[in-house]
Amino acid sequence: MERKEILEVKNLSVSFQMYDKGLRQKELQVIRDLNITVHEGEILAIAGASGSGKSLLANAILGILPLHASVKGTMKYRGESLTLERQRKLRGKEIALVPQSVGYLDPLMKVGKQVVGVNGSKDRQREVFARYGLGKEVEQMYPFQLSGGMARRVLIATAMISNAKLLIADEPTPGLSTEMAKETMGHFRDLAKEGRGVILITHDIDLAFAYADRVAVFYAGTTVETAPASDFRKGPSALRHPYSKALWEALPQNGCKPIPGTQPYAGNLPSGCLFAPRCPYRTEACETTIPVRQIRGGEVCCNHAT
Amino acid sequence: MLLEAQNLTFGYKKERRIIDDVTLSIDRGERVALVGPSGCGKSTLSQILAGYIKPQKGMVLWEGKPLPKKGYCPIQLIYQHPEKAINPRWKLGRTLTEAWQPDPVFLEEMGIEPAWMDRYPIELSGGELQRFCIARAMGPETKFLIADEMTTMLDVITQAQIWQLMLQQIEKRQMGMMMVTHNEALAKQICNRIIDFQQLNL
Repeated sequence: MERKEILEVKNLSVSFQMYDKGLRQKELQVIRDLNITVHEGEILAIAGASGSGKSLLANAILGILPLHASVKGTMKYRGESLTLERQRKLRGKEIALVPQSVGYLDPLMKVGKQVVGVNGSKDRQREVFARYGLGKEVEQMYPFQLSGGMARRVLIATAMISNAKLLIADEPTPGLSTEMAKETMGHFRDLAKEGRGVILITHDIDLAFAYADRVAVFYAGTTVETAPASDFRKGPSALRHPYSKALWEALPQNGCKPIPGTQPYAGNLPSGCLFAPRCPYRTEACETTIPVRQIRGGEVCCNHAT
Repeated sequence: MLLEAQNLTFGYKKERRIIDDVTLSIDRGERVALVGPSGCGKSTLSQILAGYIKPQKGMVLWEGKPLPKKGYCPIQLIYQHPEKAINPRWKLGRTLTEAWQPDPVFLEEMGIEPAWMDRYPIELSGGELQRFCIARAMGPETKFLIADEMTTMLDVITQAQIWQLMLQQIEKRQMGMMMVTHNEALAKQICNRIIDFQQLNL
């Protein structure tokens, strides 16, 4: 079963121009060698460390990075290159974002009006609100009057009101109860069944494992493993990269066992494998560039993966 | 009884009481998880218990006495977003010593690197900042911690690291703890009692 690619991101790198000392500038590379593809009818989950570049990827796809960021590599939407001009035309219509933070809402505008936005209609907004259990009174509220979970549902509604072919959901579930979170995942699945592509950026990886088709694991701004979600449901023995295994074992239901150390800072990266300083299998070979390999139907960036 | 809430009532609007006659008690050695749907008042209750909001009716008792009106509160609250609970213009060393002077041994236990003291909050990750928030709240007079979705925004490895640190300190200092969470698996892993907020707030 070969499904059409809706989005292809290849060798993406994102760097920021920053002031060092005085007027001297330096370049800080926060995403490098990043590859993902999303097919029609598919949910691709993106898991990984906080600050590994997941939200930046979303912003890069939409073309809403700040001005001092520079993007290299190729991004293709439906086979055609995704230029800045094309991004401007598509975002909000064909490519929609569920933003990560409640801070994306206008604090001085009633949420009903915000969700209608420029492309929606009042009726459609009521329909979407009803779907997410938001009562009629909510549309007359300002963002500060909403609880965390209600605000989250309003953010999801802002994306659902469009008829997008590619939906990027950046942390859509924190603050939602388990039932609500599962229901939201169900909605994403329905959207995928209609032939859309969904990118699900999340820390609730147990949900991602249960509902996604494939999972991409990010670490320090690069993809370390992309594998079918079923491998993540099976557990560490089915996974390829030591960081993916560590994620699985740190889940509360799998014993809540953390590995020591933290992700390296973008300005101070080790040479070679970025995970090497925390890796139990580290050898000298890990100090050089690690090629991406295909293993058991997944892609992995590790010398020791089998 | 360590911490008692008696007939607490509170509403942001007159016509709608978000917390209605809630009574709750937590004993020494208990680690309690407060669960419930979003918007039902869990965070509001946490803020009342930590003394940030005054209830309209009812009272919070600490070891049988009302919460102190001034001075150090024995109940400390840790929020979901560390970057919003820290002054962005202060170096972290200053934030850390806002309420007390932690010693190097404690900082090592908390996994805080000495080099971080001279950094600004934007230079650290969420997990690293959350360690500062916990350490800052762990003064010698702190006897009870409330963690309101403390690790929701963090990846699971960092989440497990933070809770490991928390549990070590709670055990060592015989503190009480309440967490607000939507993650049932985490609640079962960390806590020895789970309270459904809706059962409490009928």
